[in-house]
Amino acid sequence: MADWTQSDRQTARLDYRRRRTRRRAAVAGVSTVAVIGLLALAAVTAPGWHRVQVTYFDLAYGREVLPGLAAAFVLNVKLFVVAEILILAVALVVALVRVIPSPAIAPLKLLAVVYTDIFRGVPTLLVIFLVCFGLPALQLQGVPTDIFWLGTIALTLSYGAYVAEVIRSGIASVHPSQWAAGRSLGLTYPQTMRHVVLPQALRRVVPPLINDFVSLQKDTALVSSAGLVEILREANINASRDFNFTPYVVAAAFFIAITVPLARLADWLALRQVRREQGAE
Amino acid sequence: MDLLVLEQVRKHYGSQQVLRGIDLAVAEHHVTCLIGASGSGKSTLLRCINLLETVDDGVIWLDGRDISDPRVDADEVRRRVGMVFQAFNLFPHRSVLDNVTLGPQRSLKQSTSVAEATALELLDRFGLADKASAYPDSLSGGQQQRVAVVRAIAMAPRLLLLDEITSALDPLLVAEVLDVIAELKREGMTILMATHEMHFAQEVADRVVFIDNGQVVEQGPAADVLDHPRDERTVRFLTRHLGR
Ligand SMILES: Nc1ncnc2c1ncn2[C@@H]1O[C@H](COP(=O)(O)OP(=O)(O)O)[C@@H](O)[C@H]1O
Ligand SMILES: [Mg+2]
Repeated sequence: MADWTQSDRQTARLDYRRRRTRRRAAVAGVSTVAVIGLLALAAVTAPGWHRVQVTYFDLAYGREVLPGLAAAFVLNVKLFVVAEILILAVALVVALVRVIPSPAIAPLKLLAVVYTDIFRGVPTLLVIFLVCFGLPALQLQGVPTDIFWLGTIALTLSYGAYVAEVIRSGIASVHPSQWAAGRSLGLTYPQTMRHVVLPQALRRVVPPLINDFVSLQKDTALVSSAGLVEILREANINASRDFNFTPYVVAAAFFIAITVPLARLADWLALRQVRREQGAE
Repeated sequence: MDLLVLEQVRKHYGSQQVLRGIDLAVAEHHVTCLIGASGSGKSTLLRCINLLETVDDGVIWLDGRDISDPRVDADEVRRRVGMVFQAFNLFPHRSVLDNVTLGPQRSLKQSTSVAEATALELLDRFGLADKASAYPDSLSGGQQQRVAVVRAIAMAPRLLLLDEITSALDPLLVAEVLDVIAELKREGMTILMATHEMHFAQEVADRVVFIDNGQVVEQGPAADVLDHPRDERTVRFLTRHLGR
């Protein structure tokens, strides 16, 4: 760059653009603050505000129940993380079984189809009831009776079916020439799948997968209905004892604190992918 | 010595006859150009030789072995037959170097260091050394196709199949890819290529095979077929493509 000095015209242009960006940011900031302020003012001065505040936004009470809710939320996070890992494993196996054209695994393929059809169709809550109440009642050997693990199994079964389909569509979206290119290097079917097709497929499905995990995160609360004292249950216990809904609001804030960053990550990854496929990077 | 021999090879899709009894021989160290209108069956023929398609009749001999026998290990055959397609050759999630080393490492079981050394040497020889760590999306179409050719020859194939590897390229980029092919011919590589580049065929090909509607209409030394075509269909095709 040493052989080129920026012209005054270009310096002026860059200056102008910088100033324009700052001006735009200022306008956006001021108008956002103004609108939110007006809305807040309208809410606070509305006739029923006091009652709303006492029932939903009782700060002192919120602070009092916070530690209990936070402790319970750890269980949600654990449920989420463990289930997510199991879901990815199950879904990958199911997707591969459905895609691999080997006649030897025909019975497995049939099982995989039946599995995805059933568990995509049945509501998650129903699966939780069936697994958490039904499995222990069978009194089978080796089946966990701990409600945490039963809940994990139920969520894995339900979400594994969705995620398997997402991965399968990702595999199908890889251009057929990539298969031909891999095979013509003498790579076997499994080698082509592992080194050529699957890496591209997984990259492509990351954004939709994160969206699925956002909703998995919320659905950990469903396990409360099977008796697991996670955050929703804990909030419920507090709320019905003290006739105050603030614990629900606090619980909602915990969920949002996790799902919003996840959602932004998914947006960002999807955007990056579009850019990359348009060759802008 | 003929490296590749096809006898009465037939292929159909549904009721459509795409290859209707192809007889063809490719001599070692020769460049053989397949010419013919779009849809005449050139790609199908190449895909059959690489066992990406199964033939419906006839025999394909490679190095004196019948590779159309269903008991043949297709992966083993493909290790000895390189192929480059019109487009979508490179793996977009791997760097140029990793594209070139994938086959030698996984399929020929070479060590990483050996595969990388060979790859870098080949990339260097074809003017791509500075692109080794680049990703395919940052290369021009011509560079991508050159990498695809390098990737194919990194497997040290007995035979190289090229399917219209310049037809998706800007005319300005065609030459740099064809230069690579001419260089490979000088090194003694055996090449069977479908192409629309008649002038390249005239200069570089040893033999030219004209295919029409799934049949070999005319074949012979490049000069004979291109300059003195006997069949009227060849004449018509060449008139259109050579502008004579
Ligand atoms: N997978 C396929 N399924 C059905 N028809 C095909 C398939 N591949 C090629 N064909 C048909 O076979 C004929 C020959 O195609 P192709 O070998 O691609 O010709 P060329 O490469 O000479 O242009 C065309 O009519 C094409 O539509
Ligand atoms: Mg073709």
